[in-house]
Amino acid sequence: MNLTPELDNILQKVREVAVGYGLDFFDTIFELVDYNRMNEIASYGGFPTRYPHWKFGMEFEQLSKGYSYGLQKIYEMVINNDPCYAYLMESNETVDQKLVMAHVFGHSDFFKNNSWFSSTNRKAIDTMANHGSRVRMYIKKHGYDSVERFLDCCLSIENLIDPYSPFIKRRKEPLNTHKDKDNKPVKKIESKQYMDSFINPEDFIESQQKKLDEEKAKEKHFPEKPEKDVLLFLLEHAPLEKWQQNILSIIREESYYFAPQAQTKIMNEGWASYWHSTIMTSNILVDSEVIDYADHHSGTLGVSPGQINPYKLGIELFRDIEDRWNKGKFGKDYDLCEDYEALRRWDKGLGLGREKIFEVRQIHNDITFIDAFLTKEFVQSQKMFTYAFDRGMGTYVITDRDFKKIKNTLLFNLTNMGQPFIYVLDGNYKNRGELYLKHRYEGIPLKKNYARDTLKNINALWGRPVNLETVEDNKDVLISFDGTEYKEVYMGLRK
Amino acid sequence: MGLKIEQDHNRFKNIVKGKIRKELREYIGRSEMFGKQGKDIVSIPVPQIELPRFRFDEKHGEGVGQGDGDIGDPLGTADGEGGSGQAGDSPGEHVLEVDVGLDELASMLGEELQLPKIEPKGKKNITETKDRYTSVRSIGPESLRNFKRTFQQALKRQIASGTYNGDNPIVIPERRDKRYKSWKTIKNPESSAVIIYMMDVSGSMTDTQKEIVRIEAFWIDTWLRSQYQDIESRYIIHDAEAKEVDRDAFYHTRESGGTRISSAYEACINIIENDYPVSEWNIYPFHFSDGDNWSRDDDVYCIKLLKEKILTKSNMFCYGQVQGIYGVGNYKRVLDDNFADFDNLITSDIEDKDSIYDSIKEFLGRGR
Repeated sequence: MNLTPELDNILQKVREVAVGYGLDFFDTIFELVDYNRMNEIASYGGFPTRYPHWKFGMEFEQLSKGYSYGLQKIYEMVINNDPCYAYLMESNETVDQKLVMAHVFGHSDFFKNNSWFSSTNRKAIDTMANHGSRVRMYIKKHGYDSVERFLDCCLSIENLIDPYSPFIKRRKEPLNTHKDKDNKPVKKIESKQYMDSFINPEDFIESQQKKLDEEKAKEKHFPEKPEKDVLLFLLEHAPLEKWQQNILSIIREESYYFAPQAQTKIMNEGWASYWHSTIMTSNILVDSEVIDYADHHSGTLGVSPGQINPYKLGIELFRDIEDRWNKGKFGKDYDLCEDYEALRRWDKGLGLGREKIFEVRQIHNDITFIDAFLTKEFVQSQKMFTYAFDRGMGTYVITDRDFKKIKNTLLFNLTNMGQPFIYVLDGNYKNRGELYLKHRYEGIPLKKNYARDTLKNINALWGRPVNLETVEDNKDVLISFDGTEYKEVYMGLRK
Repeated sequence: MGLKIEQDHNRFKNIVKGKIRKELREYIGRSEMFGKQGKDIVSIPVPQIELPRFRFDEKHGEGVGQGDGDIGDPLGTADGEGGSGQAGDSPGEHVLEVDVGLDELASMLGEELQLPKIEPKGKKNITETKDRYTSVRSIGPESLRNFKRTFQQALKRQIASGTYNGDNPIVIPERRDKRYKSWKTIKNPESSAVIIYMMDVSGSMTDTQKEIVRIEAFWIDTWLRSQYQDIESRYIIHDAEAKEVDRDAFYHTRESGGTRISSAYEACINIIENDYPVSEWNIYPFHFSDGDNWSRDDDVYCIKLLKEKILTKSNMFCYGQVQGIYGVGNYKRVLDDNFADFDNLITSDIEDKDSIYDSIKEFLGRGR
């Protein structure tokens, strides 16, 4: 902690207020940094250091250009870690620092209490640093280009994980029965030796033996069930060298670490914004700061037509929930009431709002949050709509303002973090050691050229030909890449 | 302060420039940031490398947005702006490209062509300093107090804190409201250079050729500007007669008639002798022509002028011969034959736009 005494005083005050409201956060350490360092940390996803890769440099280029042209600056940066680390930009006004502190305590509380974060690594800072030094070591040993090229391949599929797997046991424990079954001869009916060839005819025994072998082969089929964690499958079965395996597992581990943040973006930002607004307006703000605060707060919550602002949607939903539970606007009576006037004035004076939102922040993720609490009234008051690309006009147009449609679209876009579902179906396709992936089609095709190039990268990891079953123009199609060329086979029309 | 990210940053920049990992080239794209500069919306291109991954075709899916508008109305910007504020006020009307700064451009050029740094002659390292009052700060001597800003600040504070009374509009500045004029020290470097551009605008020079000259001149300008803190440009056009013109006329005038190159050189010598004492100026004459000179006699006269008056005063004299509609003249050969021993005269053939690159390298590669 390197705060000035003035900032430190403010911090103590903000923390006190936050604790007073019942926020329960990790120890939170604030660090004062200049804009260069801030851009660096932000490029590293909030961490002081990561493994070497150009993608962080790209991020940095973007952030520093945006900053130097005065288009954007980062206000807040906080890491899910115990203790929590957060950064304040040196050049920010005091009122901004207050806002950031309040906002950060919101995040820190969320990290600690939201159950989707419960399985994340709370020593991530150390882990990331270790990943960095491991990769640097490999670079020394195997050369920058080859390590970077391998990292590119891994990053190309870093989204192919199973974010729910930390909470669900997907696989059976390996059974110990394997040995028994191995090479078990067909059971014969006991008989005198001279009768044996009649009671256990040779061709029957042979066919039985064949059956047994087939069964065994089936068991060997792997994966037994479609595997969503493609990275894990590759880790376990791809012919990788030790260092490559290590790098792949680094990428996978980090993917799992960041997954809950993507799963709770709306809630997390909404929660933090709810608290910065509550804390700032009730206790912390002094008169002369009101205008600047209002300016920055509204900047954070501004909406642009093409996308959902998670800060805005999140804070409004939390406020709506609080209001509904304060007034008792839920349950059977409320849902069945058809008197518009009564609905409007509904207020049972329950005052359960605060309690409710604390509960919500604990058990929900974005999908269940939207599913449970997005109401028709809310959608209307927030002027939400769906949009899609219009080929005729060559631009995105508003397509609907229907509540159900909006909710479904929103939920769909949040499902699997907005990524297509890809499974490993077979690691020994055609009995030739080929990899067979399947895209579970749900109405939206894959971006073709991306899919082909990704296959190429998977091929580099797998070593043998790779196949992807997907859907194109309503036809099932199998795209294959064998290391030199692509093949596409139509598998038939979809019904 | 050294940053760890610098290594990643350089790596990224080198990939974008195509120096390493060429196989990533196909994934390099550009995204844009929109900013405002006065009334104009400025687009700042940001290079991006996007690794392939399994993702949806975005032209198919639907999204959810927020705001006014009827069904069927187009959204403002497809990409949105992200962050704060309303999405760009109808960009597409007035987009200026900032791209890279000229300094950055020059250093990229220098790196790309491996241009040597120029050692300026003249009184190098002598800089004249001057103070100019350009900004405002919150501390300073009372003699420099800026009344207007001080009272503005005080008014702002009083309004914000609610102590301002409209009926009795007395504004009392406090200590923290006070604003003072502040100065910047400006260094006026003494190492200065002049570029004298000469171009043949006789009937045989078409617009395509002028375009080539224009592009080449731009790059030369950019490079020399990065090498000298202070640079001037003069422009001469000639057919059978020469005259000095401004930059605009230089690129757009089209005359007809013959070509007497010596007329341009005379004008050039005139400019140098009148305005640019050799002891203090680095002089760079550039001459572009299609090489069809009037007569042998004039060739001889040109050589004399060059030897006696121009080369002795210039850091470097560059002659670029662009291919005209009647083919190429032989003036370049004349120069090559006569000046093989002079290392500050450089000639170059510019056949088409693609050879500009090489030509610049020939001109600027000697570091003079």
